[in-house]
Amino acid sequence: MTETIVITSGKGGVGKTTTSASLATGLARRGHKTAVIDFDVGLRNLDLIMGCERRVVYDFVNVIQNEATLKQALIRDKRYDNLYVLAASQTRDKEALTQDGVERVLDELAKDSFDYVVCDSPAGIEKGAHLAMYFADRAVVVVNPEVSSVRDSDRILGLLSSKTRRAEKGEGPGPQHLLLTRYNPVRVEAGEMMSVHDVEEILGIPILGVIPESEQVLAASNSGVPVIHDAESIAGQAYADAVGRLLGDDLPMRFLEAPKKGFFKRMFGT
Amino acid sequence: MSLLDFLRPRPKNTANIARERLRIIVAQERATRDGPDYLPLLRNELLEVIRKYVHVDTDAVQINLERSSDGEVLELSVALPEVKAATGT
Repeated sequence: MTETIVITSGKGGVGKTTTSASLATGLARRGHKTAVIDFDVGLRNLDLIMGCERRVVYDFVNVIQNEATLKQALIRDKRYDNLYVLAASQTRDKEALTQDGVERVLDELAKDSFDYVVCDSPAGIEKGAHLAMYFADRAVVVVNPEVSSVRDSDRILGLLSSKTRRAEKGEGPGPQHLLLTRYNPVRVEAGEMMSVHDVEEILGIPILGVIPESEQVLAASNSGVPVIHDAESIAGQAYADAVGRLLGDDLPMRFLEAPKKGFFKRMFGT
Repeated sequence: MSLLDFLRPRPKNTANIARERLRIIVAQERATRDGPDYLPLLRNELLEVIRKYVHVDTDAVQINLERSSDGEVLELSVALPEVKAATGT
């Protein structure tokens, strides 16, 4: 049984692609055959974050338009041989992505015994975002603890419960999870940033994970290695926890507290 | 809290402000979300008409669509400003 997971947010720049790359990598690392698909037609970026940009020959739109087979277009990950990337097309024609075409690709992945298909949604609520969520069995809504991101997430939650195949069939929305990124516990404690509880309470869906703000995220995208590979970084560890929770592990949330300051720092500040 | 922090003015707790603003706007948007697309437009046009006669705030008009087994009820409430004592011109 193939499970399709959409990574979405509404707002841009909150970490959808970073999250898609790390969750897909984590699922593969746990032994599941996984494909991660970039739905951002015209603004391909997942390939860069996954570090396979120079190996893209055929893309998602090529497959949909029968210019290439799915097998030709799937890029096998360098580290895990059960992980594949399907790049977005750089065409400017947004209409290139069709509902039938997407369905065909997802069906073919299911026949090819993939366990998970991670759909990296573009920002916004236009066609690409709609198609990324349309066939999803569950959704991960990436949100920053910031007003515009939280509001957009609520809008996306509304679309997930009405504009998906599940909703149209009357099955109700599948499981929905929040993934909080760029979380800064020091600023939360200073009252400068909403807490994980604030965001959870406003949006009313459970938290899958909290990714602390970390320099390692930029370092990872600079080098094209999903941050989950960096076992030393707190962001990498937090993503590994989130993957565990997706797979049903019961793990406590980590990195929610500001690091305790020593006596000297407490007296004289940072 | 460091010793030096006591000497600086305390910044406002803006996280609480964000939370309260979001609570209100999210509740408002959810209330009209499942309704027809014209509700926000209807609300704005009503607001314009009312403003020809009375000066009201933008959030003075609240629209709520309630569904029951008998049908749908469009509930409309307009908060008028308190009448101030006339001061003359």
